[in-house]
Amino acid sequence: MTPDVATPFPLLSLLLWLPLGGTLLCLLLRHSSNLCRWISLLTTLTVLVVALGMAVSSIGGSGWLFYEDAAWIEPFGIRYTLGMDGISLLLVLLTALLQVAAILISWRQKQRPALFYALVLVMETGIIGVFLSLDLILFYLFWELMLIPMFFLIGVWGHENRVYAAVKFFFFTLAGSLFLLLAIIWLYLLHGGQTGDYSFALDALRQTVLTPGQEMILYIGFMLAFIVKVPLFPFHTWLPDAHTEAPPAGSVDLAGLLLKTGVYGMIRFAFPLFPAAAQKSLPFLAILALVGIFYAAWIAYVQTDMKRVIAYSSVAHLGFVILGLAAWNQLAWEGSLLLMINHGITTGGLFVMIAMIQDRSGTRELGKLGGLWTVFPNLSAFFLLFCLSSLGLPGLANFAGEILVLLGAFKADPLWGGMAVAGVVFSAAYMLRVVQSALWGESKKLARNDDLAVREWLILVPLAALVVLLGVYPAPVLEFLREPVSLLLETGGMP
Amino acid sequence: MYSNLWLIPFFPLVGSIINGLFGKKIKNEKVIGGIATIAIFLSFLVSCQNFFRLLGDTEKVHQQILGSWMSIGILNVEWGFLLDPLSALMIMVVTGVGSLIHLYSIGYMHGETGFYRFFSYLNLFCFSMLMLVLGNNALVMFIGWEGVGLCSYLLIGYYFEKKSAGDAAKKAFVVNRIGDFGFLCGLFTLFWALGSKGVWTLNFVEISENAHLLQSGGLLVTVVTLCFFLGATGKSAQIPLYTWLPDAMEGPTPVSALIHAATMVTAGIYMIARMNILFAMSPTTMMVIAFVGAATALFAASIGFAQNDIKRVLAYSTVSQLGFMFMAMGVGAFTAGIFHLMTHAFFKACLFLGSGSVIHGMHHAYHHAHLHDDPQDMRNMGGLRKFMPITWITYLLSCLAIAGMPFFAGFFSKDEILWWTFASTRGSYLVWIIGTIAACMTAFYMFRSLYMTFHGEQRTDVRAKDHIPESPWVITLPLIILAGLATIAGFIGIPHAIDVAHVGNGIASFLDPVFGQAQQLHNIGIPEDLAHNVGLEIGLMCMSVVIGLIGIGGAYYMYMKKQELPAKFTGAFPGLHKAVFNKWYIDELYDFLFVNPCKKIGTFLWKGFDVCVVDGVVNGIGWVVKGLASGLRYTQSGFLHNYAMIMVVGVVVIVGYYIFG
Repeated sequence: MTPDVATPFPLLSLLLWLPLGGTLLCLLLRHSSNLCRWISLLTTLTVLVVALGMAVSSIGGSGWLFYEDAAWIEPFGIRYTLGMDGISLLLVLLTALLQVAAILISWRQKQRPALFYALVLVMETGIIGVFLSLDLILFYLFWELMLIPMFFLIGVWGHENRVYAAVKFFFFTLAGSLFLLLAIIWLYLLHGGQTGDYSFALDALRQTVLTPGQEMILYIGFMLAFIVKVPLFPFHTWLPDAHTEAPPAGSVDLAGLLLKTGVYGMIRFAFPLFPAAAQKSLPFLAILALVGIFYAAWIAYVQTDMKRVIAYSSVAHLGFVILGLAAWNQLAWEGSLLLMINHGITTGGLFVMIAMIQDRSGTRELGKLGGLWTVFPNLSAFFLLFCLSSLGLPGLANFAGEILVLLGAFKADPLWGGMAVAGVVFSAAYMLRVVQSALWGESKKLARNDDLAVREWLILVPLAALVVLLGVYPAPVLEFLREPVSLLLETGGMP
Repeated sequence: MYSNLWLIPFFPLVGSIINGLFGKKIKNEKVIGGIATIAIFLSFLVSCQNFFRLLGDTEKVHQQILGSWMSIGILNVEWGFLLDPLSALMIMVVTGVGSLIHLYSIGYMHGETGFYRFFSYLNLFCFSMLMLVLGNNALVMFIGWEGVGLCSYLLIGYYFEKKSAGDAAKKAFVVNRIGDFGFLCGLFTLFWALGSKGVWTLNFVEISENAHLLQSGGLLVTVVTLCFFLGATGKSAQIPLYTWLPDAMEGPTPVSALIHAATMVTAGIYMIARMNILFAMSPTTMMVIAFVGAATALFAASIGFAQNDIKRVLAYSTVSQLGFMFMAMGVGAFTAGIFHLMTHAFFKACLFLGSGSVIHGMHHAYHHAHLHDDPQDMRNMGGLRKFMPITWITYLLSCLAIAGMPFFAGFFSKDEILWWTFASTRGSYLVWIIGTIAACMTAFYMFRSLYMTFHGEQRTDVRAKDHIPESPWVITLPLIILAGLATIAGFIGIPHAIDVAHVGNGIASFLDPVFGQAQQLHNIGIPEDLAHNVGLEIGLMCMSVVIGLIGIGGAYYMYMKKQELPAKFTGAFPGLHKAVFNKWYIDELYDFLFVNPCKKIGTFLWKGFDVCVVDGVVNGIGWVVKGLASGLRYTQSGFLHNYAMIMVVGVVVIVGYYIFG
């Protein structure tokens, strides 16, 4: 089943390794922080341009839009297999976009800038690798590659309580990935034993004959890693700490991208490899998702740190995403994936803006903020837009995804749908609390009172434009999702 | 034919964007206000064109599809508009009243720092309202539905430095969200219910065509319509979700007139009318609607008795009048409900703008005298008719209309509603009695406000009392036009019983294509024997006029003739007065029942469960692991080492298996 996509030029490898090249340059030129940040900006921009070019060239395409396959560690049957369908294409685009924002928001990084930019770029390679790999060991390597730079970003460049948050983050995700690794190896051995062909290729491993018991254990092993990353209630407690303590670029990457790798892992690997076990697990996933939606929203409502509000709101939004997956139909899945992308943009925008606000007011505490609109009307208008998108205002990005998830959930089970709808009341309550405390009221003491700078406009305008565009006209994204989603639902995703 | 429908919401959207982006640079108030007013006026012209074209057309339902919004397999949601008599009437009201209020706002908002912001929001509101009215499917309607909520939120919080304004705005949005929960549940259940019969659609025309697939009177249709009705109670401020509307008076007065009297709050009525076929299928839901409407009409009117803030009186009056419209919907008098929606838009907008004119004048006088008295408190007014004759006359005409005095607009629409509650096959004497009492109370408290404001002795501080000016023409012109409409608009709906000239009931025949089918199918209407009982109908009509007169007379007696009476009355029943004055303590009750527990549970989940239980378990494990790895603890990457070792072990296992296995 080797797809016959003859790519004359290994574009996928280019996408994947470009950021790592940037990393090396940064490390070589670490004495000039100015050079480093320009290198990292140019690197991320190039990745974005390449990704955009690939997207444009593959409009209307089907099957694997891009595919690369080469032998790597032959004795173990480990191959270097990369593949990009509509889903991975969109996620890579999101990655490329948010990384540019992450670099720009860290433009004034003072503490060990070269290392900082280098780590952000390594992470980009890791994330893109996760979205492209079709060999399980390759996937696993990239999966871990994302983890390490984030650990250091939080632990070294984070806020007050950074060490605790970094260790917690590391411990949670590490625990999850260990099960993943063991499950991968066991599956590999089972498959090799059955066929004599020792391979880590997703395609091959899907043919493994498993007893229901084996399948369930392996499935749980995979899912533990992914659920922690998403994160699904009750495995979410690393997230508020990590988000809050991470430096701005770290928060953007965490919420915008890292969480999505968990969902991607489910639909690309866990569900197709273990379809029967997946079917059995759906009600449980739905219940955890529903509990998470309310639980997280409820907690978000009483938070006083803006970053924590957004962090818990992410848990709630990802609850919607997982609910959509559990509904297991085309409508809900396209909705889930759309919501994932839109959540990345909205939440990325929110974290970027919280950094800007913290820069100016010196605090993220809702009680100490107030009256920003009077002093920074432009900044506040953008912030309001992202908040509105986050609370699911129709016509903005998040709504389009949420409504599809809900319609799909209702189609699967009206009870799930009905419960999830109640979540919309909560999202309004906690987001408006942020708006009211931060933007309205009387203005408080500020460190600076300059409204948006050019660099900040450059970050915000594209994100804001996408928030509106994806809300009003999500059709192009849905177009990219249609075929891959229906394939995943029907056959497990192999074109 | 109707291919320019999209222009109707488009103009205000453009106006909003221009003022939103460049308003701060334009600075000139006349330009900013001009852009916004012209934008909505252009919509009005296009609406007129489409309205009159539809009037002469035999085909009464037209759709314009702009393109696909979301299309996934079974679901295809379009950006599409629907023009039928119902939406045609609504766009006329929205753009017509909207234009007048825009013009008025140029005068009223003069000198405000956020002038451009105000007009940008106001245009955005009109855009959303027109999307709500024109949307051809439930999702486009929902865009408008939430959009008007957002604009309402922004405009209530227009004076955002004031904490009370921010609180009121948030309350309005969150309470509306509870209603939206109902709307969405109704929408999804309907989608699922029709889908299980093989029709996956959200389009209103298709919903109407396929409604018969659902079992009439069945549980499903009752659940769907009750959910939608919950949505309506949020937006249209009915029990139990009405509490946000009085607080919404924190916004500038033109906002109260446009959003919280004439247009947005009628969205719930419109939505029920739009899906009348579904509602007609569930007598249970309709009964609930009728009784909730009646209860709200009575309850809100009672609170209106004791308010001293002129805008709050009008706010409770709006809640009460909306209750009348829901009563109409509940007894199947869809036409009468929409008719009252329209006449109410005229007289209530006029009343609000009149109160705005008064506040404007009072504010001016206090400003002149460097006083900080409350310009909205009617106890500081009295005798203003000498200073503001135009405002006074228009306010008076509107009061006569709302009190249902013969041949004013409210007379026709309100009597039609009461007649249906009495005589309709879905009617109920109890609803009729409550409605009649509420009508009497309405007359009383409206004339109370008229007397306290414009008549009697002037109670304004002496330093300010002679400096109250009549408002400029941009303010009085809209008042005159609206008062004119409040006086004559009723004649488009002359009831059969008193139609001596045989001109016919224009609005009933115009709206018949929308409502006729459901009414026929489900036997909703006035029974044959009563329909021809002209004597009975005229008798009831006279009775409600008399009752209105009693209300007016009562107000005259208490607030003009024997002015010591109100004080005596409150002295005799201090508890009752306190309860009414404090709005029966419903806000406090809600805080106690819902808001505070929500906060407490949230804190408990966070500190109790998240931090103690989940983290506790994790920290416990972490502590054990740390202990085991104590040798590596002092290197910063202790975990990494551990981790690398585990990976190595894994690889070794694989290698081993490969070699020896």
